[in-house]
Amino acid sequence: MSFTPNLQVFCCHYTSQQACAEGREGLRADGFPANATINRLVCGGKLQVSVLLEAFEKGADGVCVIACPPDQCHNLMGSQRAARRVLAVQKALAELGTEVGRIEMFHLERGFHPEFVRVTREMNEKITELGPSPFRGEQS
Amino acid sequence: MIIAERKPVNEIVEMVRDAERVLVLGCRGCVSVCSAGGEREVELLCSLIRLGKQKAGQPGEVWGATLVRQCDKEYVDEIDQWQGEYDAIVSMACGVGVNFIANLRPLDLVYPAVNTTFFGGSAEQGVWSEQCAGCGDCVLHLTGGLCPVARCAKSLMNGPCGGSVDGRCEIHPEVLCVWQAIHDRLSRFERQEDLARVAPIRDWRPAGHGGPRRTVRDDLTV
Repeated sequence: MSFTPNLQVFCCHYTSQQACAEGREGLRADGFPANATINRLVCGGKLQVSVLLEAFEKGADGVCVIACPPDQCHNLMGSQRAARRVLAVQKALAELGTEVGRIEMFHLERGFHPEFVRVTREMNEKITELGPSPFRGEQS
Repeated sequence: MIIAERKPVNEIVEMVRDAERVLVLGCRGCVSVCSAGGEREVELLCSLIRLGKQKAGQPGEVWGATLVRQCDKEYVDEIDQWQGEYDAIVSMACGVGVNFIANLRPLDLVYPAVNTTFFGGSAEQGVWSEQCAGCGDCVLHLTGGLCPVARCAKSLMNGPCGGSVDGRCEIHPEVLCVWQAIHDRLSRFERQEDLARVAPIRDWRPAGHGGPRRTVRDDLTV
């Protein structure tokens, strides 16, 4: 049975600025998954664990977090904080007996557009292999 | 403050498997400060229980609220405002809060969301360490303000065991030997003679070994 995952991408404004400038159609033409939704943040540090959990509650099969390299955050610590929150969610997924790989953190150079598309494609493929989220219940 | 840690989510989800409406109740006291059961943790636990229930195919509504404290009747009474809106309460307070809700609300099912661990303080960001055992018979005036009951792995009362290495405990090398620290501190104040005192055999009844403890202040009772 074919499965198209609901992939939620949370990305830092600075990391994704150039990618988002392409617009939806431009990104899609470059291979950005059509089933992925971009949620832009003012900084990776703005990301809260509750927001990531809520994404799963609302039906995400996978979550991809993209922020700047740990030592290159415009706001100094934001990217490191985002990574810690992703780890917290991975721990929670493990507690709930779910694949921790349903959420991943990627540190990308700012404006490095092909990488932005590449990691979302990789994540999309991985989530497609994993199948529907076990939290979707009747929604799936 | 009282330090606590959240229980594994699956354990909590199992507790409330039969409850369709779950109220997760936080406390703005100690457990808020140690990030175990304050407003933020309530929000996260609500989400985790919902996910756990969704995964288990259990229908349910999970929502949260936070009281000023759960160890005072007047604040616990505020639960009245949600009467009829929940089948079970999951308390994120320390064990005192869970007991208070059980004492005061005989018709409410209440479950603990945290393990209450010790009396401690912030050692560094995200790290808490035990400082007091609540033993009911404080000896800090003799030990330079450092507690051998809580901070010595063997709770020795008459000096070090002799097993410490470089000032570190032989049981937990990451912990300072508190008797070494007591010696260093008393020496700094030229109070080494305090160390020569022999502590008498201790009466552990005030520590709770004589049953549940109670404090009555006649000047405050009405």
